[in-house]
Amino acid sequence: MQKITREVLIEKAASLLNEGVVSAVYGWKKGEFVYDVTPALFTTTEELEKEFVWGDFCGANFSKYLVASTRKIEGKILVFLKPCDTYSFNQLLTEHRFDREKVYAVGIPCEGMADVSKVKAAAGEGIIAIESTEEGLAVTTLYNDAPVVVPYAEALAERCINCKSKKHVAYDELIGEEGDVLESGRFDQVAELEAMTPDERFAFWQNELSKCIRCNACRDVCPACTCEKCVFNNPVSGAETKAPMGTFEEKMFHIIRAFHVAGRCTDCGECSRVCPQDIPLHLLNRKFIKDINTHYGEYQAGAEVGSRAPLVNYTTEDVEPCDVFERGDKNA
Amino acid sequence: MQVNEKKPLIVAFCCNWCSYAGADLAGNNRLAYPADVKIIRVPCSCRVNPMFILRAFQRGADGVIICGCHPGDCHYTSGNYFTRRRMAMLFSMLDYLGIEKERTRVEWVSAAEGAKFAATMNDFAEKVAALGENKRLEDLRCKR
Repeated sequence: MQKITREVLIEKAASLLNEGVVSAVYGWKKGEFVYDVTPALFTTTEELEKEFVWGDFCGANFSKYLVASTRKIEGKILVFLKPCDTYSFNQLLTEHRFDREKVYAVGIPCEGMADVSKVKAAAGEGIIAIESTEEGLAVTTLYNDAPVVVPYAEALAERCINCKSKKHVAYDELIGEEGDVLESGRFDQVAELEAMTPDERFAFWQNELSKCIRCNACRDVCPACTCEKCVFNNPVSGAETKAPMGTFEEKMFHIIRAFHVAGRCTDCGECSRVCPQDIPLHLLNRKFIKDINTHYGEYQAGAEVGSRAPLVNYTTEDVEPCDVFERGDKNA
Repeated sequence: MQVNEKKPLIVAFCCNWCSYAGADLAGNNRLAYPADVKIIRVPCSCRVNPMFILRAFQRGADGVIICGCHPGDCHYTSGNYFTRRRMAMLFSMLDYLGIEKERTRVEWVSAAEGAKFAATMNDFAEKVAALGENKRLEDLRCKR
């Protein structure tokens, strides 16, 4: 359950709009269902009152939207940033993707977002209403008389279980208290996979990646994927279309996409959130982050503006490629 | 006569300034290395995009090796340092996805090391041959 309420955010946004500090507000808008909250740009207080929402399904990270909108909109844009969003925000600033002067960032606390697939698995399909209560999410479905209560711990999205930080690294104004960087076991799953034999790993990834329908949602939502011309739009890239499942395309797509964001990925987990097939894409990114931390020193993309990403940097004493496999696991 | 035994196909990306000259020297010195090693000359080892490697596997390569100048000797001062980081990351990722790690390699071969070039290729071809055909990164549409 989120600590702050929708009213607090609307009040803040409305006052900044009325004072003329900002000319537009990025917020979450009610979708078709209670759980498919959509990112939207609000320009009037009436719109805010009517459609702005804040709750356990407001996972969307607005950082990437600023790239396009700061160029189009005159005046400042108010953006609400959860702690993990601020890392993406900083990373985009590092890459000079938008003008900091055109953004008014308000940091808001986040208690972790719910994953609708998990909620559906626990409460069943046909969700018509979800209430946040003390015990958990009270889910009303078409087929149940009484609401089913799903505890927050069970509904928490994968990426939020291992939240890396409750600290805002960029903001103009902060609602709530400053949090801390957390010690999370976010590499535990990666380590588990690494400990498997190559055959098991291949089976795991073949199984996961063959679910991919190549909708490109992971690319479109990724705050690190801001190239205006993407390599995957190239008809001869070898990964532009959807081939029959279990073939080379998906592997190519996901390896290359993970590689392109390696060292710049802030581990916000948006890729996994939007994946309609629930592929654990964050495990690919976390593998790169883990490797970079191990071999090139601890690095958190977006922790500070202007830091140099590890893959555009080098030292003369770097590890040789043949040595990175030395992990003492059972790869024979 | 058709021989059924399939030989491994190896793609070697060689940098123009060191490894390609090294391959030349191996040839001049009449050092034998497998004919299935297909050399692609690149201006610098850091020209090799990870996509080149995956595409080589897609189109039927059984092993990919990248050869560049020794670290510190790059014609462009720092190209191979970037290669070293990129390839370390990429190969580690391929290993993570369960692709046999012996199929990929980075080797530093200078223009004077014809013997090392031949030895490296012989060794690599042998290792790849032992693994057999590349099944995990193949693209059936590219097979004839």
